[in-house]
Amino acid sequence: MPATVIRIRDLRFRWANDAGFCLDIPLFEAQAGERIFLHGPSGSGKSTLLGLLGGVLVPERGSLHLLDRELTQLRPAARDRFRANHIGFIFQQFNLIPYLSLVDNVLLSCRFSARRLARATAAGNSPAAEAHRLLTRLDLDPSLHGRQVTRLSVGQQQRVAAARALIGQPEIVIADEPTSALDAERQGAFLALLRDECERSGSTLLFVSHDRRLAAGFDRELSLSAPGAGAPSEVTQ
Amino acid sequence: MKWLLMLAVRSAWNRRLTLGMTLVAVALSVTLLLGVERVRHEARSSFALSVSGTDLVVGARTSAVQLMLYAVFRLGEASNNIRWQSYLAVAENPAVAWAIPLSLGDSHHGLPVLGTTAAYFEHFRYGDGQPLAFAAGAPFSGLFDAVLGAEVAERLSYSLGDRIVISHGMGDVGLAEHDDKPFTVVGILARTGTPVDRTLHVSLEAINAIHLDWAGGAPLPGLSIPPEHVRKFDLRPKEITAALVGLKNRAAVFRVQRQINNYPDEPLLAVLPGVALDQLWQMVGLAERTLLAVSAMVVVVGLAGLVAVILASLGERRRELAILRSVGARPGELFLLLSAEALFVTVLGALLGVALLALLTALLAPLVQAHFGLSLQAQWVSADELRLLAAVVAAGLLASLAPGYSAYRLSLADGLTPRL
Repeated sequence: MPATVIRIRDLRFRWANDAGFCLDIPLFEAQAGERIFLHGPSGSGKSTLLGLLGGVLVPERGSLHLLDRELTQLRPAARDRFRANHIGFIFQQFNLIPYLSLVDNVLLSCRFSARRLARATAAGNSPAAEAHRLLTRLDLDPSLHGRQVTRLSVGQQQRVAAARALIGQPEIVIADEPTSALDAERQGAFLALLRDECERSGSTLLFVSHDRRLAAGFDRELSLSAPGAGAPSEVTQ
Repeated sequence: MKWLLMLAVRSAWNRRLTLGMTLVAVALSVTLLLGVERVRHEARSSFALSVSGTDLVVGARTSAVQLMLYAVFRLGEASNNIRWQSYLAVAENPAVAWAIPLSLGDSHHGLPVLGTTAAYFEHFRYGDGQPLAFAAGAPFSGLFDAVLGAEVAERLSYSLGDRIVISHGMGDVGLAEHDDKPFTVVGILARTGTPVDRTLHVSLEAINAIHLDWAGGAPLPGLSIPPEHVRKFDLRPKEITAALVGLKNRAAVFRVQRQINNYPDEPLLAVLPGVALDQLWQMVGLAERTLLAVSAMVVVVGLAGLVAVILASLGERRRELAILRSVGARPGELFLLLSAEALFVTVLGALLGVALLALLTALLAPLVQAHFGLSLQAQWVSADELRLLAAVVAAGLLASLAPGYSAYRLSLADGLTPRL
């Protein structure tokens, strides 16, 4: 695994229909296994950055290097495959497909990626066994695993989403405000679980939040400043 | 791919109530479309099978279609009769092999009574040349003997030896009865699937006999001739309604037709059954096509409803699509997911429609047979119906592109974080 997992250089992104907004990142690097807290108030371009890292958006210029690939050089289908193989996402809430069980939601990550399917099979005896193991490790009682996710509390749902992001050991886990719907006590517990599991699977964790109080326990804290009139957003270290 | 289809099914199942309603709409529209096609087809084939081996149908001068309708299909009434002498002239034409006189006008419980001769049982053919067969009994020999079509015997539960009374005129209620001269059932014909099944056959003499003491459609007051005395009268028919004619050589058909049409003593009309049927189909063809077009529109409405329901659900499913996108689904795969759902409902609706039609056919066949003399075959799908089904599925495929494309566009616009 290359030591530098994410390297962004001279990146600039502008929405076609929003001339006022501009995401400008001169340099951003993340090393393997690092746990990074990215602070960004709303409107600072968090979603845009996530879209760029996920390969659903393409920068106007600059380099977007993930693992050994230059995303800007890849075709859309290859970017989708790269995302499926190497990145696990956890979003704010409503992270789950309502008509699937816990296990099936976790296994979604393996459906579009042969690589993660193989890794999950290698880790457990079968992908399902690995899903059960992860769910149990994330404090979800085995009696719940076959249930529909709609019966779960928000905290439980976010843990299922975490298991989905972690299964098949992706190199990068990106969490976008995953704790915003949780109360303070559960926020801490969820963060600890997430950090532990990322460490266990060797994943680089990029945790994005507007709430700086959650930054404790991360290796580094970065900030994505709100774009002023003409002032580019950038990550300050 | 297989997994995506499974996901589509589970997602559809999750919205089974709304999708179920559209499924019912699609299924009903398919039933209607195939039903119209089937009735159309059965009507044609049953008309075509009703008469076979008859080269000419002869009657009073009217339209060819009308003559066919009343003489062969027992639909409607004759406007005019032809004289017995004219019939004899036709029958004695050297080119004519056989002739069957037909005398219509009376009925029994709404079913037509046909006065004819023994030639009927000998020469009449239906289907691909099958002769009439007796399920029980024999042709009439006595004056007040009657031979029943299969449907008549079955519907009215008659058996050999039963006594029946004939009504004057056509219709079901309010008719004067020939109750002074009851008939005896002496024969019951095997089922043919043609208007013969709905017909009561008696001799021409009997038709004459029951009308001896009648004038102008009503019994003559003060005059009553009991059955035992009718033989004293001249029972030879004076008029008949129509005649079926078979030729010795079919090649002579146009010559004989011309001779009959030019018969000097009475205006007669001779028609070729096939030609008259073609004219009939030309007349009803427009109505058929209109009916088919209307039912095709109903299918389009059903599919439009389906597309509308799926498009409406797309709003609530934006996050679902974003999740699938985040785990690596390509926009093309989301296109497939949504298209598969529409296509899945269409195909299921088509199958359900076929099953519903089979059920309806089985349930309604006796009723349709009784009222219209149309025998609906309890079959699955004919080649023509299969073509209609293929058209429905093709239309469904085309319609499914709309939600697929919407999902595709939406997933590209939303990326990983839908703006709700």
